[in-house]
Amino acid sequence: MGLIYQTHTRRRDTRPYFLPLLAFRARKSMASLREIRRRVRSVKNVAKITKAMEMVSASKMRRAQRNTQATRPYAERMRTVMGELTTRAGQQLAHPLLTQRADVRRIGLVIVTPDKGLCGALVTNVLRTASRFVLEQRRLGREVEVLTVGKKGRDFAVRTHLPLVAEITGLGDSPKLIDVLSVATNVINGFSEGRYDEVFVVFTAFVNTLSQKPERRRLLPIEPPAQPTGGARVDYTYEPGQGEVLNALLPRFVEVQLYQTILESIASEHSARMAAMRNATDNAKELVRDLTLSANKARQAAITKELAEISAGSLR
Amino acid sequence: MPFRLEIVTAERIVLSDEVDQINVPGAAGRMGILPRHEPLLTSLIPGELDIIKNGERTPFAISGGFMEVLPEHVTILADTAERADEIDEARAEAARRRAEELMRERRSDQEMLLAEAQLRRAMVRLSVARLKRGGRRAGPGGGLE
Repeated sequence: MGLIYQTHTRRRDTRPYFLPLLAFRARKSMASLREIRRRVRSVKNVAKITKAMEMVSASKMRRAQRNTQATRPYAERMRTVMGELTTRAGQQLAHPLLTQRADVRRIGLVIVTPDKGLCGALVTNVLRTASRFVLEQRRLGREVEVLTVGKKGRDFAVRTHLPLVAEITGLGDSPKLIDVLSVATNVINGFSEGRYDEVFVVFTAFVNTLSQKPERRRLLPIEPPAQPTGGARVDYTYEPGQGEVLNALLPRFVEVQLYQTILESIASEHSARMAAMRNATDNAKELVRDLTLSANKARQAAITKELAEISAGSLR
Repeated sequence: MPFRLEIVTAERIVLSDEVDQINVPGAAGRMGILPRHEPLLTSLIPGELDIIKNGERTPFAISGGFMEVLPEHVTILADTAERADEIDEARAEAARRRAEELMRERRSDQEMLLAEAQLRRAMVRLSVARLKRGGRRAGPGGGLE
């Protein structure tokens, strides 16, 4: 009389597809007790690892969040200055980086992704947003060139044969502004020289610890922030001159905006990884429970069988 | 009658305080800003930024940026800004030597320009750091020389 084990069925759809070790299902045939125990041990070890990764991500996330918040004042002050500038200078304000082109043919797209995976659907989501955008633009007859920040984006561009013109990888968890300047300079020059008519960035906005959302934002031409007008104001005195100040200020504005999207993406990455690892740990624990139950049943079955054999023998 | 001064860099808020006067390295020359200055927008060059509050002077080293002046409020968007006593003199010195080295190698124009900018920045940091040290000499635990 054989005891049929209950097979492990998928209980949740949230099972981490990225951890094949956890995709274990007990076999239909009778698994030996030793085999089940081995599985329990291995799943427990996986749970330890994912738990550790969760905690590492939690601390990295906190730091990334701090970094993001630290940049905000600069970006906000800059936006205020730009708003003030537009209201004060009014129509006189003209600069190539502010000018919308009548005929948009070429697009520069910056894709911001993590270097590493194991962060749930985050990478997929960003890349889906990017692909959709590229297809949309192509349908409008526009060419799209891609610049990537992060290894996943680079791999994606290579895989899908997108024209990749620049890439940064290995930025680490708290990049400085200077680390991302190369990409910013690249798109600003590209825009000024007419290689791009518009430049966009696709990144993962950090909504909160539980929610991150892929977003697309236009970098160039710059849309000057609207400022509540308090009547006519005197224009600034510019030193050395309006043109020179704008020449320095506007590129910096683009740089800072890009920098912020990167910091936000990093904070999102760590939050997503933390959640993914928590799920993985939970699932592993559930598996351990199920497997332990199976092991106990197998043990019981063995004992029952032995007893039956003994009693059958004594009857004779 | 003091005015509000904010110094921010892309990485942090360096200072937010009520001050009496500031002297900044403007692109068109060094300038002093007193309260009720007319609206002004200027780019800044690497140099020493002095903040004067209650007759006390605090020097900063900045490596360029922008300044927006409004009558009651001044915002400095600096590329980098460090208070004199935060500057690691040994590191600044090392950076200066590195930059000089690069200049001697004289490769492309672009690298030359970069090295020059680095050198200028290092020199500013050094001079500002020394300025502070000159003020309060012979503290314990110097040991830089």
